[in-house]
Amino acid sequence: MAEKQYDWKAIAKNPKFVELHHKKTAFLFGWWIFSCVYYFLLPIGAAYTPGIFKVKIIGVINFGYIFALSQFFVSWGIALYYSHVANKDFDRLTRELIDELHL
Amino acid sequence: MTIKKIFIAASLALSVAAAAYADEQKAPAAGAAPAMSAPAAQGAPAATAAAPAANTAAAVAAPAPATPAPVKKELKTNKTITIGMFMIIIAVTMGVVVWAAKQTKSAADFYAAGGGITGTQNGWAIAGDYMSAASFLGISGLISLYGYDGFMYSVGWLVAYITVLLIVAEPCRNAGKYTLGDILSFRTSPKPVRAFAAISTVAVSTFYLTAQMVGAGKLMALLVGIPYKMSIIGVGVLMVGYVVFGGMVATTWVQIIKAGLLMSGAFLLSFLVMIKAGFNPIGFFSTIVSSPDIQDHVSKLVLKDGVILSGMDAGQRFLEPGLYLKNPLDQISLGMALVLGTAGMPHILMRFFTVPTAQAARKSVIIAMFIIGGFYILTTLLGFGAAIHLTPQGITAIDPGGNMATLMLAQQMGADIAPVIGDLFLAFLCAVAFATILAVVSGLVLAASAAIAHDIYVNVIKDGHADQHEQVFAARATSFVVGACGILIGLAAEKQNVAHLVALAFAVAASGNLPVVILSLFWRKFNTGGVISGLLVGTIASIGLVMVSPNMTYPKVVAAGAKKVVAAMEKKQAALPAGQTLSEKDAKALAKAKVDAQQDGTSIVGLDKPLFTLKNPGIISIPLGFMAAILGALAFPNRRSEEMFDEVYVRQNTGLGMAKAVEH
Repeated sequence: MAEKQYDWKAIAKNPKFVELHHKKTAFLFGWWIFSCVYYFLLPIGAAYTPGIFKVKIIGVINFGYIFALSQFFVSWGIALYYSHVANKDFDRLTRELIDELHL
Repeated sequence: MTIKKIFIAASLALSVAAAAYADEQKAPAAGAAPAMSAPAAQGAPAATAAAPAANTAAAVAAPAPATPAPVKKELKTNKTITIGMFMIIIAVTMGVVVWAAKQTKSAADFYAAGGGITGTQNGWAIAGDYMSAASFLGISGLISLYGYDGFMYSVGWLVAYITVLLIVAEPCRNAGKYTLGDILSFRTSPKPVRAFAAISTVAVSTFYLTAQMVGAGKLMALLVGIPYKMSIIGVGVLMVGYVVFGGMVATTWVQIIKAGLLMSGAFLLSFLVMIKAGFNPIGFFSTIVSSPDIQDHVSKLVLKDGVILSGMDAGQRFLEPGLYLKNPLDQISLGMALVLGTAGMPHILMRFFTVPTAQAARKSVIIAMFIIGGFYILTTLLGFGAAIHLTPQGITAIDPGGNMATLMLAQQMGADIAPVIGDLFLAFLCAVAFATILAVVSGLVLAASAAIAHDIYVNVIKDGHADQHEQVFAARATSFVVGACGILIGLAAEKQNVAHLVALAFAVAASGNLPVVILSLFWRKFNTGGVISGLLVGTIASIGLVMVSPNMTYPKVVAAGAKKVVAAMEKKQAALPAGQTLSEKDAKALAKAKVDAQQDGTSIVGLDKPLFTLKNPGIISIPLGFMAAILGALAFPNRRSEEMFDEVYVRQNTGLGMAKAVEH
């Protein structure tokens, strides 16, 4: 526990915090929903549209295989993108907010 | 300190004794090995269930091509090399424990390694905590037997980490301390919330731990011929040793070592597979499609569904969905449990309290995602490689569930270079499987002990008034008791079907824990009523649905299936020319089916047949858990909880007010 007492209500109303909160919420839930939709397309597609999964793309490698493999790269992509945005924007806003509070 | 030395000496002595005993018991133990068919797939729950089903179905459908009954084969490990490798792992990890014990002085050291783990270290530890022997052996086995579906099955285990990364990792680091109870009790009535959170944590950990322990016992029996009970005691003693003396520091390093070994093994083996394929992925897949053995295997698989395929079409079918995962709703239900459950797993949540900042927590999830994802991609190479080089028929001859595929592949790939390298490589992978088991069970024991010692003992019974010395003692004593219970449960559950327990653990985490964690962190109106009703309903719904699901044994259903086999076999016998008898395999199947057909009675909850047709309850229990949490919160509004939301929300977003937070 912190020794210092913070006025949590005031911080919650601080414009910097409000900005942080809005940006973060939109980003986090937006990308989370995207990743869920993209993931569930795999079992749903495999079950209900197997025809598409069978289309051969390169040699004998079919769409289904590439789609499943793409899940890994999409997940990694989201993770790296999040890390980039968080390091650049969210952490900067947090630092600015904390600096302001210490003034 | 003397106790510690005695303990270490005792566990080493025990392991040596177990090894010696195993050598004496070699012959009988090895004879018994093939009977322990699919246990390693406890994490690939459906794998175990599918094996017997596949057997009976094959018995019914296969028009018995004149293949000679396969001689019972088994994986031959070089006992000296394998046990030597096990000893190295035991010695190294024990060294880590001695070193870690010196650093473990306070409760924060014990539960959270004093917050002194770096992001990179924690990333490796998360991967080590998460990837069980089932991931390692079960998924590559599924791919080797069912192709595409095995690969598709592995995807959810990685995608789950997006939820961890985006929703829970950083807020939990900022708002929590050691346990799930810490996060949930922030703005609620601490005592009841901590008590319920602890019960749910212990439930999830017990389900998962039981599956792991039983799998460990059977795997050790299969790999090095150590008897089941001996393996459970050996693994249990090591696990208790790591946790009691080394706490989180030792557990973390055991997990890091394990993840390193696992990745090295997977890399090396994939590299050998790719050398054989000339580093040509297109050629690699063409080899699969044109392999006559795979074609034959697939033709038999699809014949059960009344489809006739042969030649290249059958080979191509191996790369298409639907050979193994046949119930899309079950698949979606499992996907939901994975995507939401991983983020609610107490032993995963706990890892985020070991890093100093939210940035480190973020970095650790990203590193873990690359390790875990990389591992599953390599698993595809291993699974398909096993299908090409060992043939599905060769793999099922050793283990119908395919769990030995990776190990067999290691032996063959090594033996192609020189026989001794095959033995060495196989021994190395057996040692990796051993380290894998140790790392996962240690993490689970630590999470369960933290819930009991920190939430129930220190905060509920002692009202938070316990000094460091007492807290550490309570933590160690609890770990000892939890570990001992784990061993006893493992011993008792030898003959039980535990395959569904991993799925159940994920379902409880997804339906009970995750809704209340998310709502605590993000919803102003959430309160005590919501936490308790969410935890209760989510947990009970998951367990209840599994109790009435096809996971349980229904004697009447078994009998009905057996009667069909009997009828089919008798018909086949009648069709044979006079004087000929059924092949040995068919005759055995007939004899077994005749016995099974006599079964009568009900499942453990008194049902004739499953009430709920899915194996995975998530699709029903997760929405129920969320609804109960929301309705519970609305039914018992609490002003204090609402007023404190600002504090929770600012804390979880900024890390203000936490020791070692972002400020300095």
